[in-house]
Amino acid sequence: MSDPLFSKKHLKLLTDPLNSSNPITVQVLGICSALAVTAQLKPAVVMALSVMAVLAFANVIISLLRNTIPNRIRIIVQLVVIAALVILVDQVLKAYVYDVSKQLSVFVGLIITNCILMGRLEAFALGNRPWPSFLDGIGNGAGYSVILIIVGFFRELFGSGTLWGFRIIPESWYITNGGFYANNGMMILPPMALIVIGIIIWVQRMRNRKLIEE
Amino acid sequence: MKFVRNFFEKTEPLVQKGAKYHWLFSVHEGFFTLFFVSKDTSKSGTHIHDFIDLKRTMGMVVLSLVPVILFGMYNVGFQHFKAIGELQSTGFFALFFYGLLKVLPVIAVSYIVGLGIEFVFAQKRGHGIHEGFLVSGILIPMVMPIETPLWMIGVATAFAVIIGKEVFGGTGMNIWNPALIARAFLFFAYPAQMSGNSVWVALSESDKVVDAFTGATPMAEAAAGNTNFSIADAFFGFIPGSIGETSTLAILIGAVILIVTGIGSWKIMVSTVAGGAVMGIILNIFAVNAYMELPFWQHLIIGGFAFGAVFMATDPVSGAQTETGKWIYGFLIGLLAILIRVVNPAYPEGMMLAILLMNTFVPLIDYYVVQSNIKKRLKRVKTSA
Repeated sequence: MSDPLFSKKHLKLLTDPLNSSNPITVQVLGICSALAVTAQLKPAVVMALSVMAVLAFANVIISLLRNTIPNRIRIIVQLVVIAALVILVDQVLKAYVYDVSKQLSVFVGLIITNCILMGRLEAFALGNRPWPSFLDGIGNGAGYSVILIIVGFFRELFGSGTLWGFRIIPESWYITNGGFYANNGMMILPPMALIVIGIIIWVQRMRNRKLIEE
Repeated sequence: MKFVRNFFEKTEPLVQKGAKYHWLFSVHEGFFTLFFVSKDTSKSGTHIHDFIDLKRTMGMVVLSLVPVILFGMYNVGFQHFKAIGELQSTGFFALFFYGLLKVLPVIAVSYIVGLGIEFVFAQKRGHGIHEGFLVSGILIPMVMPIETPLWMIGVATAFAVIIGKEVFGGTGMNIWNPALIARAFLFFAYPAQMSGNSVWVALSESDKVVDAFTGATPMAEAAAGNTNFSIADAFFGFIPGSIGETSTLAILIGAVILIVTGIGSWKIMVSTVAGGAVMGIILNIFAVNAYMELPFWQHLIIGGFAFGAVFMATDPVSGAQTETGKWIYGFLIGLLAILIRVVNPAYPEGMMLAILLMNTFVPLIDYYVVQSNIKKRLKRVKTSA
């Protein structure tokens, strides 16, 4: 019954969401926030960490309560748990990284509506023990983070010419300074984020042929 | 011709599967069918092949674009020398060659980038090279302002071919017109290099412009309330604008070629113009500013309206397929184009967005046209039985 803490089965919970069951590119959950907060790398990373934290602890709490929650009100219980955790995360962000918190504004609160959370609670935490649930939360959070960071990287690099706020593309290249380069304004807009995610899905399915739907 | 055929026959074994240059197979086939009728015949059943295949069709469209291209080159020179005040002292050929040297690199970039990507995809996916890009490759330069940097045109072309076309499965599968995708991409990605008053006339840093020069297109002037542009200039095309869009006359010649050869749908062209005219009349009736008072027919000769109606809306892949659908599709394009153009100050030209939007709705339009036809015929069967 009791596997060792890091058995093969448990490790799979951590690594599968990174590739073959990625929450964004395969399960297609949490797309909304992936489009909204990835215009720059920093908010994308903060958002990714927040979701990971909320997901991991919500999974653990629901898993602990799973035998006591009446089936008919389980969604409400899940929501209460998630909402409480999101408020905690929001307060922590406001206390320690106020500027990013202001940039993310309403999207931290909207973690509550992120489909990945409900999806994992329903599909995993309600039927598993706390430790695997925790790993599942961390794994799915990491899978979400990877995509957010990749999208944020390309959008900030081509949209603003910076990474994490530091200038990568020299000022002297810009047309306004007599050069030839200009920032891609479309990268700042959410439609381009959707296209970038689409390209990630394309590349992933090219490498992992099992994912291609018939 | 004999010599060309010999060349292709001699090189053919070299590109077969397993041979040394097998990765050039689709390139070989692509160029062979450019010169000769394809040797491939159908393997099953009886088919009748028309001599006018996709490549010939596309060639005809390029042919119909020739007046537009030539005039576009001339106009680039014309606008340049007019801006620096040397129009009187410069001859016709000097104007033309100035434009030629400005426009050729744009065309070259568009074809090299686009065809390069097409070749790679054709080879990777193991099919022949599709001819669709022959037309897109020349349409892309025609809808660009002359001052747009070449690398941007390259990026836009790559975007249009990959995201606009190959993602959907290549030529014949795309939802939107690839040339307009390229333009829309640039329009949203690099607005400073695609709109405003400084991109329509080719000028270098050292050029001194005459006092009255603004560089604004008649449409930008009209949007600003100054609607007394020269109608003759707008019709013949001596106005600033994207390379191919200025001359309504040259576009009409192209339209005649397309209609006579049966390649472009006259229904789409006519209904687009009708839609534009209807919207223009409506705006005239409810006019509250100078732009809305612009006589409706003048809308048809400024901006990209004529070019879009003749060469973009009639794209056989992204346009409506059913005959009734063509009327609806074209009419709505015209309607929306003028509406966007006049009512929304953020988008100086509505043609591109109107066509892309209606491209999106084409499957829906066609679906309902087909369904209503089925219903009508079912009813007939029931009443006669």
